[in-house]
Amino acid sequence: MRIGIPTERRAGQTLVSATPDTVGKLIKLGYEVYVESHAGNSASYYNDQYEAAGAVIAEQKDVWSCDIVTCLDTPPTNLLDAMKPGAVLISRLNPAANPELVKHLSDLGVTALAMDAVPRISRAQSMDVRSSMANVGGYRAVVEAASAFGRLFSGQVTAAGKIPPAKVYVIGVGVAGLAAIGTAKSMGAIVYATDVRSDVADQVRSLNAEFVPIPVVQESSDGYAKEMTADQAALAREVYSKYAIESDIVITTAQIPGKQPPVLIDADTVAKMKPGSVIVDMGAYANGGNCELTKPAQAFKTANGVTIVGYTDLPRRLPGQASQLYGQNIVNFFKLTTPEKDGQLVLDMEDEIVRGVTVTLEGQIMWPPPPVKVSVAAPAAPTPEKVEPEPVVKEEKPAWKRWWWKIALGVLAVALVLAAPEELAGHFFVFELACVVGFYVITNVTHTLHTPLMSVTNAISGIIIVGALLQIGSSNPVIAAIAFVAAVLASINIFGGFLVTHRMLGMFQRSSEE
Amino acid sequence: MDILNMSFSAGAGVLNFADHLQQLAYLLAAILFILALANLSRQKTAQQGNNLGILGMIIALVSTVLVAVLQDDSAAVLCIVLMVVAMLIGGSIGVWKARKVQMTAMPELVAMLHSFVGFAAVLVGYNSFLATPGADTELNAFHMGEVGLAVFIGAVTFTGSIVAYLKLSGKISGRPLTLPGRNLLNLAMVIASIVLIGWFITTRGVEAGILPLAILTVISLVLGAHLVLAIGGGDMPVVVSMLNSYSGWAAAMAGFTLSNDLLIITGALVGSSGAYLSYIMCQGMNRSFASVILGGFGSDTSSAAPAEVKDYGDYHETSAEEVAKLLKDAKHVVITPGYGMAVAQAQFPVADLTKRLMAQGVDVKFGIHPVAGRMPGHMNVLLAEAKVPYDIVYEMDEINDDWSEVDVVLVIGANDTVNPSATNEPNSPIAGMPVLHVWEASRVVVFKRSMGNAGYSGVQNPLFFNDNTLMLLNDAKSSVDSILDYL
Repeated sequence: MRIGIPTERRAGQTLVSATPDTVGKLIKLGYEVYVESHAGNSASYYNDQYEAAGAVIAEQKDVWSCDIVTCLDTPPTNLLDAMKPGAVLISRLNPAANPELVKHLSDLGVTALAMDAVPRISRAQSMDVRSSMANVGGYRAVVEAASAFGRLFSGQVTAAGKIPPAKVYVIGVGVAGLAAIGTAKSMGAIVYATDVRSDVADQVRSLNAEFVPIPVVQESSDGYAKEMTADQAALAREVYSKYAIESDIVITTAQIPGKQPPVLIDADTVAKMKPGSVIVDMGAYANGGNCELTKPAQAFKTANGVTIVGYTDLPRRLPGQASQLYGQNIVNFFKLTTPEKDGQLVLDMEDEIVRGVTVTLEGQIMWPPPPVKVSVAAPAAPTPEKVEPEPVVKEEKPAWKRWWWKIALGVLAVALVLAAPEELAGHFFVFELACVVGFYVITNVTHTLHTPLMSVTNAISGIIIVGALLQIGSSNPVIAAIAFVAAVLASINIFGGFLVTHRMLGMFQRSSEE
Repeated sequence: MDILNMSFSAGAGVLNFADHLQQLAYLLAAILFILALANLSRQKTAQQGNNLGILGMIIALVSTVLVAVLQDDSAAVLCIVLMVVAMLIGGSIGVWKARKVQMTAMPELVAMLHSFVGFAAVLVGYNSFLATPGADTELNAFHMGEVGLAVFIGAVTFTGSIVAYLKLSGKISGRPLTLPGRNLLNLAMVIASIVLIGWFITTRGVEAGILPLAILTVISLVLGAHLVLAIGGGDMPVVVSMLNSYSGWAAAMAGFTLSNDLLIITGALVGSSGAYLSYIMCQGMNRSFASVILGGFGSDTSSAAPAEVKDYGDYHETSAEEVAKLLKDAKHVVITPGYGMAVAQAQFPVADLTKRLMAQGVDVKFGIHPVAGRMPGHMNVLLAEAKVPYDIVYEMDEINDDWSEVDVVLVIGANDTVNPSATNEPNSPIAGMPVLHVWEASRVVVFKRSMGNAGYSGVQNPLFFNDNTLMLLNDAKSSVDSILDYL
């Protein structure tokens, strides 16, 4: 089947839905790829690069008459109308907020797949364009902040005096927030972060930033933070305000899909902030944002010298990388839907990811999909989630099977001590203790050291030489002779074992020690 | 008490001093051994751990010799000469072996060393019996029982280790020996041993006791050999570790017969840590601990699965030149070595290759399966020998989620550990064993001597027939060498 990669039509859109790299991957899956001439120019991907990757450079009408068209934003109506009936459109469509569009798509008889409706489950993480765009946006937010800040991020002590590090406060620790934290941290700033979901605290700490909790408990079932009640919001705003005033940079990331974002920073707080501080409002949307004063798509300075950045196109300011990530999301989706790698798209409505993105299927309205059970932790993590459970499922053994040997050992241990005559009880006592110690000292052994550990324990078990040595002085020549042989054997072990361990350990080195 | 403490026979005053000295030395040695094992769990402190172990051993030996001198006034000189000569002979053999051994032959050496401990335990057991045969004393049953157990465990360790050594060094086939009803056979031998120990306890005097002890020894020797013969080569890492544990138990039993706490403590330490290590490894292979020890691997499926040979289609052969080109263009490369790398001694060229690629800006990592090679951590030792920095060497769990970002995987002499049928063919004998998911990478290059030989499990590997898999059929060392030439 043919995949068309059109030039994006929306004003200011600099991305392209496939890069030469992802085109190559699509071709490997068996597709033919038609790229509209100069589609990638604004992202610095040029026709010759696409051609080198195996794509055909084509005119607009040829691209739109392909079997599959992938793009970033809902295309204008005139282009949609040019699509073949039965063709597949893969794009961000925001179907929940655009019922007319859904209707129109069904009238055209096309199959529309909304990449921004990928269910938030672990398996779908690799196709979630919202995550990949938010990730790039979070990075860019810090870059914008640094550029407007007029100071250094990292603290330094120089001959010309001391520079204090910048304090960055991130509100909302989703993918974008985590990306912002990581970027700000790597530039040397001190970073604080807040989220209504207290379970993200560990993720914040894992980036060496400080988590500022809010005295409101909220758990999310769909991976997004929910709107709060008025009381909760007031409590939270107090925390935001306190930390925003102390910080040099404030980055807010609160978005609610399809709705006006909540106001987190009011005008009063902005007025109390230091001159020169910067607010980057990633929630800027329509006619507002997370900051009361935000002007969407603009950056401006308030009367007291606080810069408020309300750009709504942060990913578009990194078109090269953002296109690559978006394109890779698309490739991952094709990997799922091209099981035979033969260039034939197979939409399996039993698959909850495929079902989740399907808005219309050959003219039939499929939106909204049935609800999907969501793994809660998934959306917040910037790193790839753990893969789904192994196909071969381990059977849980019944309790007695897991415990019987422990119980048997316990009974044996007790029996030994109870049965032992007085003179021997001490030995059993020592024996059992030593067993437990032996068990624990190696519990955390690193895999690398299994062999040295074994050769050392082997050397140590040469301690049997002590037994032989005690017998060597026997007046019975037979006993002495046997003991002599035993001592020889055991000392081979002792010397050999320790020396060979020494040799092995001498070889281990870390690259930094070279 | 006198029958057990045969060395303490001198005057009361000396005995007291010697006794205390010995207790103190033994305590020190035991603590040092514990610290040695604990320190060996971490890379940074490992060398120190080894040194602590040596120190502990020196303290134990010196104090034993000293005490013998202090007590044995009559034959002291002869005694010391014997001790020193024995240690000199054994020590020089040990040093010679340890110096000479190739890192690839480490499993064999370790297995052979285990056999010495086993044999020494048998000898010490016999000696205890000769010095103190069955008598009508209160502790007779315990003493004789301990002697019997020491001989039993020692003998099993002895022949088991020898068979393991022979298998590992390729002197006998690695295939499991599957006698009909072998589990029953093992059980019968264990029961016979218990009965014999019972008989042994009832005997009085050397002449009466030697017969059951001799029969017990023979049965245990056969049992040890049969146990290991029945275990397939793929499970050898666990076997080596298990024998290590047995050798510890043998030492502990010998300690009981001599009433020597140091032997008991040390033996128990080695025994329980070895058992736990084996258990960890079994989990790494998703294998039942009991079935590996009893040689049960593959027993349930032996009739059904391997008989049916699946046709996986054709494989794609490649050349060193092509692989070199692939590597040059790659960004992320992962190398997964297996026993084949050890056999071909390819670790040095592989390390060179790694250095060259890293110098060209390629990100190179190693992915090590927990049971790659023939001994736990075998691959790590080889890579360390070739000076591959250990912070680019990753364990399976650390790397198994990231294959999709890898451009080229070099599978060097590994087979079962990268076999996809473990995950997707429920009937495969290795089903459920965790494996490295190399097939998820964009390209896989498999270094293999020929298509003929399967892995140790004897299972065909569908990975070789995947579209994104290229086969480089040659000796691993010469393959890597020629890739280096093209780079």
